Amino acid sequence: MPRRAPQGTQAVQRALALLRSFTPEAPEHRLSDLAASHGLHPSTAHRLLGVLEAEGLIGRSPDSQAYRWLPGAPGAGDAVPSTRRNGLRPLEPLRTPFHRRTAELCESDAWRDWSGYTCVETYEPTPEREYWAVRNAAGLIDVSPLFKYEITGADAERLLDRVMTRDFSKSRTGRVMYTSWCNEEGHLLQDGNVQRLAGERFLVSAAEPCLRWFEDCGRGMDVEVRDVSEEIGVLALQGPRARAVAEAATTGIDFGAMRYFDLAAGEVGPGAGGGPVTVTRTGYTGDLGYEFWVAAGHAEALWDALVEAGRDHGLLPAGLLALDMVRVEAGLVLIDVDYVSAAHAEIEVLKVTPAEAGLGFTVKLDKEADFVGRRALELELDRGPAWAVVGLEVDWFELERLWSEIDLRPQVVGQPACREPTPVFAPGGWQVGQCTSRFFSPLLKKYLGLATVHADAAALGAELDVEVAVGYGRRRARARVVRRPFFNPARKTAVDPMPGVDE
Amino acid sequence: MTDAIVVGAGHNGLVAAAYLARAGLDVVVLESSPEIGGATRSEEAFPGFRFSVFSYLVSLLRPEIIHELDLVRHGLFLVPTASTLNPLPGGDCLFREADPQRTYRHIARHSRRDAEALFEYKIEMRRMGHLMYRLQRAAPDELAAAIGDRVAESAEHLDVEVSAEVADIARYFLDLPPARLRSFVQMLTMSSADFLGQWFESDVLKAALSSSSIIGSMLSPRTPGSAYVLLHHYMGEIDGVYREWGFQKGGTGAVAATIARAAQSHGAEIRTHSPVARVLVREGRTAGVVLANGDELRAGVVLSSAAPQISLGQLLDPEDVPGGAALVERAARWQSGGCAGKVNLAISGLPRFECMPEPGPHLSGGITIAPGLDYVDRAYDDAKYGGFSERPFIDMIIPSVLDPDMAPPGKHVLSCFVQYAPYELAAGPWDDSQREALGDAVVRTLAEYAPGIEDQILHRQVLVPPDIEAIAGIPGGNIFHGELRLSQLFLLRPDPAAAAFRTPLPGYYLCGSSTQFGGGISGGPARLAALRVLDDLRTADTAGGGGGETH
Repeated sequence: MPRRAPQGTQAVQRALALLRSFTPEAPEHRLSDLAASHGLHPSTAHRLLGVLEAEGLIGRSPDSQAYRWLPGAPGAGDAVPSTRRNGLRPLEPLRTPFHRRTAELCESDAWRDWSGYTCVETYEPTPEREYWAVRNAAGLIDVSPLFKYEITGADAERLLDRVMTRDFSKSRTGRVMYTSWCNEEGHLLQDGNVQRLAGERFLVSAAEPCLRWFEDCGRGMDVEVRDVSEEIGVLALQGPRARAVAEAATTGIDFGAMRYFDLAAGEVGPGAGGGPVTVTRTGYTGDLGYEFWVAAGHAEALWDALVEAGRDHGLLPAGLLALDMVRVEAGLVLIDVDYVSAAHAEIEVLKVTPAEAGLGFTVKLDKEADFVGRRALELELDRGPAWAVVGLEVDWFELERLWSEIDLRPQVVGQPACREPTPVFAPGGWQVGQCTSRFFSPLLKKYLGLATVHADAAALGAELDVEVAVGYGRRRARARVVRRPFFNPARKTAVDPMPGVDE
Repeated sequence: MTDAIVVGAGHNGLVAAAYLARAGLDVVVLESSPEIGGATRSEEAFPGFRFSVFSYLVSLLRPEIIHELDLVRHGLFLVPTASTLNPLPGGDCLFREADPQRTYRHIARHSRRDAEALFEYKIEMRRMGHLMYRLQRAAPDELAAAIGDRVAESAEHLDVEVSAEVADIARYFLDLPPARLRSFVQMLTMSSADFLGQWFESDVLKAALSSSSIIGSMLSPRTPGSAYVLLHHYMGEIDGVYREWGFQKGGTGAVAATIARAAQSHGAEIRTHSPVARVLVREGRTAGVVLANGDELRAGVVLSSAAPQISLGQLLDPEDVPGGAALVERAARWQSGGCAGKVNLAISGLPRFECMPEPGPHLSGGITIAPGLDYVDRAYDDAKYGGFSERPFIDMIIPSVLDPDMAPPGKHVLSCFVQYAPYELAAGPWDDSQREALGDAVVRTLAEYAPGIEDQILHRQVLVPPDIEAIAGIPGGNIFHGELRLSQLFLLRPDPAAAAFRTPLPGYYLCGSSTQFGGGISGGPARLAALRVLDDLRTADTAGGGGGETH
């Protein structure tokens, strides 16, 4: 949407536009040329250029006949991409509705792109405190870059029942459903949460865009799919103190009555007037936690209320590095890390069914509705999935053994979760799959991995070899297939969760 | 039928019990006080405020114990303390963070040379820590036998068999580069101030680094031998990273509780309120214990985790063992005077340090008041002449920042480990007014760096060495069960006749901090002692009796 300049800012905009004309490639301009190219009256251009010169932002050529680019002057167009000079505006990074708050707190200046948004990787120079806050107090994570679609209409439930592998005839207002969705071949497109906000109103959150898919699947139905991604900010409040903080930061919600995957509507702030907020008891950390869905205009009020309420509970804002650490402990698969969406897979071998991505539990073949991919998934039932996602655990003594070869203690701690896939082997044998996420958990004191392996190598307790970098070498470490989640505190799903009751 | 009795339910007694029970033995732990934990104990001293009474952080706990006993499953939860802040007079400070480049910048404000030297120093110290880690994995007699020096000849009388692992450790030691061997000898003998002086020029950095060289020891950084205490703390690690410290959720008492659960999961029985009077002897062998109430409990193996004054001086009848009188005499001369107090504060809000007034990562790290070597040396001087330090050395953490469950929301607990507070005061025994005077000195000192803290205090608990003695049963109140100095290490810890966990009485063993490995929440002594017991039992089995039969 084109932005209208507020009154009185026109001169500033014009001056900046003039300033951007000066680049290393085009360092000198004559007044008349500039006035013409910017559509300005020469006297206006002269006045503006005079101010820029007086402020030390541009200079004059030796003969004083032209204005000249000054290297290093702030604001000058020395780093401007060429598209801008051709009259195209380059895409600027998107900013979440919490950006002003997160930017203020991001001491490390470590940012990462997430779906085009600029997101904090870690607020402090290292993510450790943010990680421990999630496990021992509370962490506040900006997850606004999720794609969000509002699905409304008489056929909203019918559309979801047709697209999703879960049984939406069983969905109830005030509940959230975690589900997968597939293409006709039964290959997994995405996984995500669906909130039922009202009888004919749902909100789908997903990691990748899917507007077209939902619209196409809903052709002929009485349903509207609306992309509300940029209208809604989302904060995840996660950790054992999440309930206490959430309670103090909102009004109108009975957190004691909220079960795992419930949703409730309330107001931001302990007093009135903070604006409406939807709270879901969900998260991506495997811990007690809530996610707050708020209109962008109320986002900062929400942030402030949560931070204020969290002050006495050890709350820290947490970045994406910490989030990735706890989600591996939670054993949760991540799209395009632990599985490839069929929408992105260029070759067949990369495509997986939900069961092959560890999401078999989201496929309800006993549901009444026909759904996209049903036939293929029924066939898979007979044949069995070819792959399985497993939790792998390398024990401490194996790590000691590997590192003692180079006379070091295991060098595994203090590293963020690694997403570079590495091979997994049958013990001492051939490759049977790949480890797609791995991380040494300082909480569990184990080296953990999420791996996709041949189904016949995936039995609980089975031994597998994973490749580990030991110094400059690559060694095989003996791992064991263990149950996921690796970390699963009772508080995550407890009814009426209280601080400190988890032990 | 009980196979083994462990005297004392501190962390070491519990580790020994867990290993023996895990090996299938029927084990009973006898603890004199109403609670387990010994010197690691934590309690809710004031409603809503939890304190670790004497101890505060964990680093030396052996990874092999964590994993062999599956302590994470039983509740081990160590939150790392990421930084160390040394506030200095005038609102200045020395701050060391996890990120080495940032630490470089902090130190460079004091000395660019030192900031650079710190990288090398850390590497050298990690290698020294690694050496100690390896040396401490072996019983000292076995190690000595393997190293094959003169001491080994006497060790041969102990009929030591050298395992492949220990032979490997010995080879490692003998193959050390000469420079590292020199560092090792320096660290056994030098003062920490002199040792650090070889690396650094900045007084504030030397003082900061020397903190670990005096903890729990009646030593100044300028006392020869203090460099060893520094080294002792460098063999601590968390998950393979030397020199890391962690805070156990719920306080250090939860470490003991965790080990107790591990021991119980293997069938060990823990009895509190059960003081032991003496070891029962039949036909020159251990036959069990006699409790203070006169009850007898029979077992062929008894391990004591108590300090030598008790284990050798009280529980053992000198008549029962050859050389018993001399042994008791030596135990009485064991150097284990307490030197540290603990001031636990409940506070209404976070302290505001002049150097960093706002809340931040520095409050979840260690905070040490040791602004210079002279400062610490003077604090020591006070104690040398029988007083407590008027301006003490304080090693502080704020447990409630690391674990919000330690205090009510918005309020905090502050743990101050304080030196020096000698066991005996020249002015007469410690009484409440002396305790409060020490508490006042601590608060006064803190207020110099965190103005206003005196008005934030809601409750105060002051503990001095006689309290540690009374509550944890450690004579003299020395947290390490005896000074960590060369004269009391390796084959001399705690006595030449009882240095390898065995005592002259067959079937009676030592497993506490006064044996190989020494003090700290390590469990290291107890693990080695338990392995020695199991080894002896196995040998006795194959030999058909003799060495250390159980029934």
